Amino acid sequence: MPVRVQTEDFDVGRELAALRETDRSVGAVAAFVGTVRDVNDDASVATMTLEHYPGMTEKALAAIVDDAKSRWAIADALVIHRVGALKPADQIVLVGVTSAHRREAFAACEFIIDYLKTRAPFWKKEETPEGARWVEARVSDDDAAARWRAPSVPGG
Amino acid sequence: MRDSGTATLSLVYLARLREAFGAASERLDVPPGVTTVGTLRAWLAARGDPWATELAPGRAVRIAVNHDLADADALVRPGDEVAFFPPVTGG
Repeated sequence: MPVRVQTEDFDVGRELAALRETDRSVGAVAAFVGTVRDVNDDASVATMTLEHYPGMTEKALAAIVDDAKSRWAIADALVIHRVGALKPADQIVLVGVTSAHRREAFAACEFIIDYLKTRAPFWKKEETPEGARWVEARVSDDDAAARWRAPSVPGG
Repeated sequence: MRDSGTATLSLVYLARLREAFGAASERLDVPPGVTTVGTLRAWLAARGDPWATELAPGRAVRIAVNHDLADADALVRPGDEVAFFPPVTGG
């Protein structure tokens, strides 16, 4: 169950191949890739710097993956999150999930990124023409995470 | 600990709060009444600005004790690492 925080870029194809190729019970691979947008909240973004809380970050990501494994019959999961200076169109995060069937892979992948966005200690700072600013958390992200707490789990 | 009754904590400040407080971390002796996340936050706020503004009740501040998110009732003990940060924005 790999969880990685790194400054360097990642190769999605290579990472997903490594996640699934030794497990012949896998019939589905779902992946989410988050990237840097050039516009956020009506301002153009020149660069973005991602900061995290070393020690807590790895622990929080591992806990989220464990939670996903307790909810769905998935084979494995991978989370790679970059930190440091990024530019528009750069890759930020990769979530990959393998399972026997697609439904579990899709649901667990969406759950992991929803929880990551509200529980893993990362912060974005944007460089815009008006100066640097910390990205504010969105209520819609809290709502996205909260729906997984509902009695009937979507997609579960 | 320097003397009985006080507890030494490692405080960590991240992202916007690190900039507002002008420090990434500090070691601090807190008085005997400071035993929970909530009382620690209130005690820090009582130091005056910028803590008073940033840690005021109602401000969105997340707090982790020894790398786990904690609510106001969570206990803090001598030697704990207590981190203060804004709501997270990764992904």
